[in-house]
Amino acid sequence: MTDTKIEIRNLYKVFGSNPEAAMKHVHAGFSKQDLLDQHGHVLGLRDINIKIKSKRIQVIMGLSGSGKSTLIRHINRLIEPTEGEVIVDGDNVMAMSIEELRDFRRHKASMVFQRFGLLPHRTVSQNVAYGLSIQGIGEGEATERSQRWIDRVGLAGFEQHFPAQLSGGMQQRVGLARALATDAEILLMDEAFSALDPLIRTDMQNILLDLQEELHKTIVFITHDLDEALRIGDEISILRDGEVIQQGDPQSIIMKPADDYISDFIKDINRGRVLEVRTIMEKADRATGPKMGIKTPLEDALQQLVNAGKDSGVVIGDDGKTIGKISMVNAIAAMARPDRGDEGPRYK
Amino acid sequence: MEFFSEFPELGRGDLRDFKKAVDFGFRSFSRAYGEGIENFFDPLLQFMIWFERLLINSPWPIILLVIAGLAWLGSRSWKLVLGSVICFIIIGYFGMWENTMATLAIISVATLVCIGVGIPLGIWMAKSNRVQSIITPILDVMQTIPSFVYLIPVVMLLGIGKVPGLIAVCIYAAPPIVRLTNLGIRLVDEEVLEAADAFGANYKQRLWGVQIPLALPNIFAGVNQTIMMALAMVVIASMIGVRGLGVPVLQAVSNQYLALGLMNGLAIVAIAIIFDRVSQKYGQRLQAYRKGHGND
Repeated sequence: MTDTKIEIRNLYKVFGSNPEAAMKHVHAGFSKQDLLDQHGHVLGLRDINIKIKSKRIQVIMGLSGSGKSTLIRHINRLIEPTEGEVIVDGDNVMAMSIEELRDFRRHKASMVFQRFGLLPHRTVSQNVAYGLSIQGIGEGEATERSQRWIDRVGLAGFEQHFPAQLSGGMQQRVGLARALATDAEILLMDEAFSALDPLIRTDMQNILLDLQEELHKTIVFITHDLDEALRIGDEISILRDGEVIQQGDPQSIIMKPADDYISDFIKDINRGRVLEVRTIMEKADRATGPKMGIKTPLEDALQQLVNAGKDSGVVIGDDGKTIGKISMVNAIAAMARPDRGDEGPRYK
Repeated sequence: MEFFSEFPELGRGDLRDFKKAVDFGFRSFSRAYGEGIENFFDPLLQFMIWFERLLINSPWPIILLVIAGLAWLGSRSWKLVLGSVICFIIIGYFGMWENTMATLAIISVATLVCIGVGIPLGIWMAKSNRVQSIITPILDVMQTIPSFVYLIPVVMLLGIGKVPGLIAVCIYAAPPIVRLTNLGIRLVDEEVLEAADAFGANYKQRLWGVQIPLALPNIFAGVNQTIMMALAMVVIASMIGVRGLGVPVLQAVSNQYLALGLMNGLAIVAIAIIFDRVSQKYGQRLQAYRKGHGND
């Protein structure tokens, strides 16, 4: 059902005066630091392999300098790779001619930028219609088609405003509407909400999730914010120093962090709110206790168990049938941090 | 010790031969190609003559109306319109109408030529660092070399008249528009350009849809500077036969006519201020969208 839309294969990016020459040191196993110290080249990305599923939200997460913005720019080839391939629907983006690439950018993949990237001399309406006007669609039709997206992101009434007259959150709505207006199947979002303050950010995440429920686009979402990643990601890839260090759905990353770096990363999250019943349930055809859906957060599941005065509950599928059971002990165990050895004793 | 007290110069005879060779070379060049070049510029000359006659022969109220209209279009300010009209009335009343029209004619044509040559050159410079590194020193020379020095070859080649005058004015006045076009395009926000690329804009769409519109305030500052510098050349251009306000100034200098010099000089200043204020207002209106609120 969920086939691969974008496949990134063995992607390398080296920044510097002679990346090709530096590549052989990379293949020889030089670390990022050694490559910089000894050869003066910066290793941006090393051997990235990611399969991005169709119609899902793929989050790529990492701190600044991890290479995440570099990576997303390879998907529509705003940055040329030093080595490797990006396959979209079976076509290698890296092998496209300039015309093919332009066509790809116009129709297949649109982008939302961290600092919005709006055209300051065009009105909201003209900005949203920008992608369409680049495709050569006449002004009348472009305005008409973009109006739908202006309404959809809640900017009706602001059509004739210039970007400088809008708040950050509203500007990014323009950015989002502009990206949606081309009807591209792929949406690339480069830290799209990072420049917004927390309340507005949550707002925009809701808008995005609402839209996704209806549009089913393949979304590649870059962020440095773990809460954001967990909230919107169907799949998460974690990037550090230009390498992917863990991939998987949010639940598995929290339950089985690949290394100390990720453990450290996830230690401050609210596990009870992020982890869902499906992650810890045991398969069973029959069970007793309060009923709950597979996507119920543990927090709520525990509340239900406590309210019902039971030790275990029934997990039901989307069709209402019993598919497993959940015990209070397992739920509590999952909420405890798996690794707190280095934090010292809890009680003195 | 003689080596340290006397600079090792080229021998006097050699130096003379060198100068002669250059002079002779250029003279034969101008003899061979002068006429061809003159013919090349002939349409421009005809246009300048026609335009100057048009300005001089049109009834003065019509010219005043046109000036008022242009000032209004540019600035949308009644004060500036009124100020411009009063200035021109005073200029006319003091008997400088015809010369002022002649000056306006050459300034307008020179500005048009500078825009026509300068903006494409600036665009080219912005596109390529190599072109920029070649053209920048040429612009430096054009701006700093004393005007009289390039008057010599221009006059040798084309004689005395409107076209050599125009060329002299343009050599001096073109650099700002080239520089500011280049600068304006290079200053356009990288992220906006990246967005244009990400949506699949081609070179033309990128240039005309993003770079030029966003560089327009800078380009316009360049046009403004070009006009100012062209006006500054009016007196020098009059030395090689360009009619206008420069001619009486030149007379005044050689005959110590204080009042004549002052009047015509101030007329040039008045025109400069009008052009400057109107074009600056227009430039500000071009960037209205940059302001936060209340300008739609």
